[in-house]
Order: sequence, then structure tokens, then C-alpha cells
Amino acid sequence: MTFFKQAGAIFWKDVLTEFRTKDALTSMLLFGLLVILMFHFAFEPDSMETERFGPGLLWMTFLFAGLLGMNRAFAGERENDGLQGLKLAPISWGAIYLGKMLANLCFMLLVEAVILFCFALFFNFDLLPRLGWMCGITLLGTLGFASIGTILAAVSMNTRMSDVMLPILLLPIALPVVIGAVESTAAIFTDPPGEALGFWVKFLVVFNIIFITLPLMVFEYVLEE
Amino acid sequence: MNRNLLAWATCVTMLASLYLIFMYAPTEATMGDVQRIFYFHFASHWVNFLAIFCVFIYSVRFLIQREKELDVKASSAAEVGLVFATIGLLTGMLWAKPVWGIWWTWDARLTSFFVLWLIYWGYLMLRRLVESPEQRARLSAVFGILGAVDVPIIYISNRVWRTQHPQPVVGGGAGSGLDPRMAWTLVVSFLAFTLLFFYLWKLRQNLEIAQESVESLQRQAQLKGAA
Repeated sequence: MTFFKQAGAIFWKDVLTEFRTKDALTSMLLFGLLVILMFHFAFEPDSMETERFGPGLLWMTFLFAGLLGMNRAFAGERENDGLQGLKLAPISWGAIYLGKMLANLCFMLLVEAVILFCFALFFNFDLLPRLGWMCGITLLGTLGFASIGTILAAVSMNTRMSDVMLPILLLPIALPVVIGAVESTAAIFTDPPGEALGFWVKFLVVFNIIFITLPLMVFEYVLEE
Repeated sequence: MNRNLLAWATCVTMLASLYLIFMYAPTEATMGDVQRIFYFHFASHWVNFLAIFCVFIYSVRFLIQREKELDVKASSAAEVGLVFATIGLLTGMLWAKPVWGIWWTWDARLTSFFVLWLIYWGYLMLRRLVESPEQRARLSAVFGILGAVDVPIIYISNRVWRTQHPQPVVGGGAGSGLDPRMAWTLVVSFLAFTLLFFYLWKLRQNLEIAQESVESLQRQAQLKGAA
């Protein structure tokens, strides 16, 4: 099996197990909707304020919902020694990382699509003309977050308080993604799109290249025993 | 370098730097005496970078060579780095209040140092929460590498995001520049803080080694007691 086929197999396994229970997806989604609800009561934004705070709110919701899902990515493997089985499988450990990362990415994107739709609905936000850019930026930002989050989820899985440890490790490292994603989203919220858009999209691409390559290189050290 | 020699060198340069800061360096024209905090502020942030760089180098080396000593070096550098990061942030606030009128602003450099401070904390917390020493060394090395690589990226992103900090004064191009007496004072402060860093780093490593030998002696004693 080639490297990518191996990663694909891991990805498919994670997607299948998730779709049998849908535990992570449901909790991520509900949590995301609750954040939007809380936001409404905390700020009661009018349409101007939605334009101003919307990008930040959206990404906060995406990240917190993503954290919930990421925590589960490896926690599930610890039960019944699933991880041991994965490690014994005749595949490259980099492929385990890539497969898990793609599964996390896929779950986050699904949840984000629903949250985005609800956000547009609840705050009377005109999403359609910006939909193309919004999808691209969401994909880039989520990819960056999932790539760094997957390896740190594997690191924090070995600690005594793994669900608390993940945000403590992940959020400072993921700060550049947050800035890039929020800024480029803010740029497309204005009409016409702000000038900064090009820079931040390129920035997200570069960040993604670094933070997909680096974990691929060091991931084997995380799994080793 | 021999530890005692290092201690004396640190002591002498530190005293020299204190003398230069308060007696030799001229008073800054607009900020007045409060600017003298700059020598310690700048020097502690330099050490902060030096420490995260050491964490990076020794984490990489640990993953390749797997010698316990390298892990002790990386983790001790992180602990001492956290101390200097804290000093840098606090002296920065003490300086900002009289000069800018505020304790804190979300400027590129301030934010980056704050995030670096959080990364140090995360690294040290991670070490506390992993039980097995071998695993602790491996996982913290991985996090050390990711964190250190992220530092310049955080800085760039913050820099573009917003900056209201004064432009770099040292080597900032034509028109910028320090009075030569200020420059000398700064050089000596840098030297003093760098020596202090190496001295504390060494002490912390010795402490770690001592702690481990105590633990292994205790285990031996327990085994004997049980037998």
C-alpha cells in the first residue's frame, strides 16, 4: 500500500466509526450552536456589529467546537488498546497522522458548514455572494488548526488531564491561524473585499505547509514506546 | 565553563552593568530616568529568545541521540526561560505605564512575548502531567520543537496585524541609534544577563540531576526495606 492509501484507510476507519455513533459530531454541533446563542445574549449585535464581530465569533465557535472533536480523535483509540493495534499495523506512522488529521478536518468542516448556515440565518447575514471565498478561507484555516491540533491531541492524550491539556498546548501555537483566518474573513465581510485578503490567504497557505510537514516529521516520536 | 568561575563572572558583569546603568549611561531626553529600565528589559527578552532557542536545539538533539542529559538541558532552559520571560513582561509593563500611560497594549512584540510566555507554561505543565520519565522527555521535546518553530511565525503574524511599538532603535537604520554610552551599557547588560542565564541554567541542571539521584536512592532504600 502506498503512503496515501494507508492514510486513506485510517481516514475511512475514523469516518466510519464516527458515523456509527455520531457522538463527536453531535456534541461539536450543539456546542457551536450554544456559543452562537450565548453570543447573541452577551452582545445583542445589530447588523453593523455583526459585520465587526462576526468573523471573530465564527472562528471562536469553529475553534472551540474543533477542540471538542480533536480531544476525541485519540481518546477513542485508547479504549480497547486501539492505538496498539494501529501501531502494529504494517503502515507508516506518518500515515496514521495524515489519516487522523484528514478525519478531524472532515468533521470540523461538516460542523462548520452547519454553523455558518445558522450564523447567516440568525444574524441576517448575506452569505451567498461571499460563499466561494468563505469556503476557501474556512478550508485553509481549519486545515491549519487540524494539522497542528492532531499532533497535539496525540501528545496530550498521554497526560493525566488530557482534555484540559489540549487547549493549553494548542491555542498559543494555533494563534497565527486564528489571526490569519479571522483577518481574511473580516476582509470578505466588507464590500468590496479588503486589500489584506491576498496577504492573509497566502499567510494561511504558508502556515499550513509548515504545520503539515513538521508534524509528519515528528509524529513517530509521539507514538513510540 | 567551571561553575564557580561562571558565578563570579556573572556577579562582576552584573555589578558593572548596574553601575553603568545608573552612573554612566546618560538620561534619556524625553523619557527621563525611567528609560533606564530598558537595559534590563531588553536584556531579559534577549535571554528569553536564547532560552527558547536552547529548548529547540536540545529537543531536536534529544530526539536524535536519546541522551537523558539533553532532555535535562532542554527542560532546564525552558524553566529559566519562563523566569526571564516573566521579568521581560513585568519590566515592560513598568516602563510602559509612565511612558505610554498604559500597562499593556496588544502590540506585535508584547503579544508575541505573552504568547511565548504561555508556550513556556504549556511546555512545563506538559512535563508535570506525563508520568513516565521517558515519555515525558519525548513528548516535551516534540512540543518544544513545535513551540519554538512557531515563535517567529507568531511574531510575523502579530507584526502585520498591528504595531504601535516604536521602531527598532538599535540598528534600525539612519536616524536611529543610541548614544555610545547607552550602547556600551546595553552591551554589558546583555553580557551580564547572558552569563546569568548560563549560570542559572547550569544550576537548574545540577538540581535536576541531584533530584533524580535522590529518587533512585529512595527507590533502592524501599526495595531493601521490603526485602
